[in-house]
Amino acid sequence: MKISNETIIEMYEKMVKIRKFENRALNLFAEGQFGGFVHLYIGEEAVATGVCEGLREDDFITSTHRGHGHIIAKGGDLKYMMAELYGKDTGYCKGKGGSMHIADATKGILGANGIVGAGHNIATGAALGIQYKGTDQVCACFFGDASTNQSTFHEGLNLASTWKLPVVFVCENNGYGISVSQARHQNITDISQRAVSYNIPGITVDGNDVFAVYEAVSEAVARARKGQGPTLIECKTYRWRGHFEGDPTVYRPEGELEQWKKKDPIPRLEKYMLENQVMTQDEIDKLNAKIDALVEEAVDFAQASKFPDVSSAVEDVYTDIVEEGRSR
Amino acid sequence: MRELTYGQGIKEGMRIKMLENPDVFIFGEDVGLFGGCFGVTAGLFEEFGEKRVRDTPISEGAIIGAAVGAAAVGLRPIPELMFVDFATVGMDQLVNQAAKMRYMFGGKLKLPMVVRLPSGGGVAAAAQHSQSLEAWFTHVPGLKVVYPSNAQDAIGLMLTAIDDDNPVIYLENKTLYAVAGQVEDEVKPIPLGKANIKREGSDVTIITYGKQVYDSLKAAEILEKDGIDVEVIDLRSLYPLDTEAIFESVKKTHKVVIVSEEAKRGSYAGELAAIIADECFYECDAPIKRVCALNTPIPFSGNLEAYVLPNADDVVQAIKSLF
Ligand SMILES: Cc1ncc(C[n+]2csc(CCOP(=O)(O)OP(=O)(O)O)c2C)c(N)n1
Ligand SMILES: [Mg+2]
Repeated sequence: MKISNETIIEMYEKMVKIRKFENRALNLFAEGQFGGFVHLYIGEEAVATGVCEGLREDDFITSTHRGHGHIIAKGGDLKYMMAELYGKDTGYCKGKGGSMHIADATKGILGANGIVGAGHNIATGAALGIQYKGTDQVCACFFGDASTNQSTFHEGLNLASTWKLPVVFVCENNGYGISVSQARHQNITDISQRAVSYNIPGITVDGNDVFAVYEAVSEAVARARKGQGPTLIECKTYRWRGHFEGDPTVYRPEGELEQWKKKDPIPRLEKYMLENQVMTQDEIDKLNAKIDALVEEAVDFAQASKFPDVSSAVEDVYTDIVEEGRSR
Repeated sequence: MRELTYGQGIKEGMRIKMLENPDVFIFGEDVGLFGGCFGVTAGLFEEFGEKRVRDTPISEGAIIGAAVGAAAVGLRPIPELMFVDFATVGMDQLVNQAAKMRYMFGGKLKLPMVVRLPSGGGVAAAAQHSQSLEAWFTHVPGLKVVYPSNAQDAIGLMLTAIDDDNPVIYLENKTLYAVAGQVEDEVKPIPLGKANIKREGSDVTIITYGKQVYDSLKAAEILEKDGIDVEVIDLRSLYPLDTEAIFESVKKTHKVVIVSEEAKRGSYAGELAAIIADECFYECDAPIKRVCALNTPIPFSGNLEAYVLPNADDVVQAIKSLF
């Protein structure tokens, strides 16, 4: 598959954006700037990027608790994301959601999700909506390795395959569900094998190779748009941080993280770009500086924003009913 | 006496029974080496090994369902879910299976199991990790429901719950895990359905449990300065319920405020109010008040969450409105 230089540069930019946003979020969390559960995507950037690059703006995604990368890759705005981490009024969810629940309906982002496994069926339903309306959109469903042990995984794949719905199921196999390694949570190593049960294509790719992810997704998307139903793509990758910020990672075997850091998807792409004259070092440096500025702008925006007025707490429960507040 | 945290109390209760009875065992997500999402099982994996402290896949249906099956064949499992919110995922196994099998089978089966469910807000965990769903469980015939507020009760209730031959829902408040309290050297089992009068008073009764025991005691202190003498009842066990303690108190004070962290609509607090209205209406000389969370999901942002959840000032306000 020939990938244009423009696409390659776009993918590089997205990956760096995710990395820098996450690194900044990590420091801000450590400084106590905001609280809550923060699950970082560092190390896994090539997955979200390769997937979303293969989607159109009008396609949908469902995300997970580890959603920042998906949202950035699908075009989310760093300012509104950062403001949401801070719980500010200007955040994507007006401070109601936080890190685990960022959504942007205008970008087809059907939401990060705090319930492991909840996305499988929601993505399937979005695809049902697409099929029903007769458009050629698709829905990409992101989920972790450990979520494939929820019944929803099987229900979603069964329904989507039976009804030939346009879903691309993207498993981010980072080898763990919190502290439990894949070998301890399921009796298989390649999750793509599970596609056999639903008679759909299943493929395992190197999730730290953004080209491999992009190619696999492009093929799956083409099938889905033609009405040929879902595909299961497993991307093998690794999370560099703890499960959430604050996790001491006692369960990681020594040296494992270091091994995976050698497979960092970002320098890998940089090397390719330099070798193939896609970008010069100078251009790469400039792009990095531009993204640094964007991240700082997001932090400034978040810090300058206000916390939501408490009266807003009782809004948005329904479209039409505002619940009763308190007299305090 | 000695000092233990609430979390340590829960663990001690389980540990005592595990030492005593080889049929008692724990399983859930990350309960092993990781020690549980809130550290409650820390050390038990090292002490009892993988057979009795098992990490499960992320499969709440399987966690509750496997507990039902294991209990049916004579074990005494203690399944842990990370957050009460995830009970939704295992609800069929709990509501249609665990709660009903004995009855449907004409009393031919016992299902001794204790389901541990960390509950409540206040930790910026947002809408899917902060709920108080006790009314769902108390609503289902066949389940017993306990909710300790301190380390001593955590132990005593755990000892009884594990020995109980019925499914017991053991609710824990996640803001209390690190709260230390005085504990007897040898804690006795606390019978289910026995409330604890935390503070005696003659003017108004607060009925509460869990974290709101602390808010209520704080409110009582504030009101004391205004000359209002508040009685605080910590239910400890939501079903079976100590109606005797409640009625006794209402007959003495003639005023009741119920405090819980649930969304008010359809809450267990509402059930308590109904029970009192049914049985003690003529003893009350003021409306029965409920202080609960607002009828919204729990928001992330700190100031919104604090606004949605009830606090001691809300209790004070509610009580003052009765005088
Ligand atoms: C229904 C449910 N069960 C448990 C959890 C707690 N939890 C949050 S993330 C997680 C691990 C998820 O692992 P995986 O799906 O592999 O995604 P990863 O975190 O590795 O990206 C767990 C157990 C949850 N949020 N929802
Ligand atoms: Mg994982």
